[in-house]
Amino acid sequence: MTDHLNLIGVAQLGFLRRTGRWAVDASRAIGMPRVWAPLVVTHMRRLGVDSIPIALFLAVFTGIVLALLASYIFTGAVPLYFVGALVAKTIMMELGPVLTGMALAGRVGANIAAELGTMKVTEQVDALETLAVDVHAYLVVPRVVAATLMFPVVTAMAIAVGVISGWITATSLLDLSTPEFFKGVRQFYQFKDIWFGLLKSASFGCAIAVMGALTGLRTQGGAEGVGRSTTRAVVLGCEAILVLDAFWALVLL
Amino acid sequence: MIRFREVTKSFGAKKVLQGFTLDIPDGQTTVLLGYSGTGKSVALKHIVGLLEPDSGEVEVDGKVVADLSRDELAVMRASIGYVFQFAALFDSMSVFDNVALGLRQQGRSEDEVGHRVETSLDRVGLKDAMVRFPSELSGGMRKRVGIARAIALEPRYILYDEPTTGLDPVTAAVIDELMVRTKRDLGVTGVVVTHDMRSAFAVADRIAMLYEGRVHAVGTVDEIRHTEDPVVRQFIEGRP
Repeated sequence: MTDHLNLIGVAQLGFLRRTGRWAVDASRAIGMPRVWAPLVVTHMRRLGVDSIPIALFLAVFTGIVLALLASYIFTGAVPLYFVGALVAKTIMMELGPVLTGMALAGRVGANIAAELGTMKVTEQVDALETLAVDVHAYLVVPRVVAATLMFPVVTAMAIAVGVISGWITATSLLDLSTPEFFKGVRQFYQFKDIWFGLLKSASFGCAIAVMGALTGLRTQGGAEGVGRSTTRAVVLGCEAILVLDAFWALVLL
Repeated sequence: MIRFREVTKSFGAKKVLQGFTLDIPDGQTTVLLGYSGTGKSVALKHIVGLLEPDSGEVEVDGKVVADLSRDELAVMRASIGYVFQFAALFDSMSVFDNVALGLRQQGRSEDEVGHRVETSLDRVGLKDAMVRFPSELSGGMRKRVGIARAIALEPRYILYDEPTTGLDPVTAAVIDELMVRTKRDLGVTGVVVTHDMRSAFAVADRIAMLYEGRVHAVGTVDEIRHTEDPVVRQFIEGRP
């Protein structure tokens, strides 16, 4: 029993030490915009713009399914124009940010972890250190800033496409007109619906990039180690999304 | 001067360095010889603070590396060029940008960066490869870019980690000649980790042989070449 408690204590101390060291490294790196600022735009394109197709693909089908599901639930019980309300509200506040986040956790988190993991095992990270380049400022901060800025942009596009696909589905497959659909959308819309979803998505982007970068930089071994880090980054990114999703719901709703 | 004082380093249960003590005098090339896994590269990484000793001290110019602040470490690293075993070139950058990165980090003007990158690449015979990417280079060319990246910073010390490993004999001789020329022309202190005897005898002023985590023998090229020590003789002659 004592041994188990000791092990738990050692593990917690190790975690706290790593977290503390990371916090110090991160704060120092953020204060070096000369190093990271020129790289942000490149990463915004790689992590954000290149992720738009997968996010929009998901949004199209989410909108279709939501419209059909709402119609199935509401028929005979609730006026059908509520389909518009449910589609818009659900996509703006929950499914848009979360599904986009999950998809991008796979794409962006894995991309960052694999890239930095490969750099780690091929000694490129060591080479940066020997050139007196701050690894966190050069490799981590621009990716985290880019993901934090671009996730809301990609999510906003996904929300728009999701609502449009829900509207097209409702008007073409259900017995619902365009004015009725948008009557439902307008009746329950609040400005908070939008900023709540976009704020969440920014936090998801930040968390996914941080998880990807940290797991990548802790990679050990060769190709197998890179594979392990990549998987770990995706799993941690998805977990972070779910935890943050619950956190924002508790704090802001 | 670089000094190792009773340095120990373990990775898990594996003890790599066990009381490693060695002085590396200025202006000379010191070769660290030894079997694979005896801690030669580990010793090298202690010099630039990539690893910290479990006990003992590594000093560069009288300063204990482990005691340096991050800023002091950055200043110290700027005086040391490091040539990695597999070159460790940045895949996403051209040859020019690989060599330029450390200079840009020092805040030098683009004119000066361009001039020094060209000079460094010219010195290693790769001026025409500036726009190429690492994936387009042969193993020997990658090592030469690694050397150019190191000398571009005009360091006082250059650390070479297995500079000829994996190269054909002719290319390896070219790298050896480059190391000798770099020391002669730039006056840098060199530390070369290798288990390639031909390369060691070609570039060394002094040779230190690592065995079981510590220095087993140290001397000039002639002293090591003619030693009767059975461990050194076995290594030199490549006997099983």
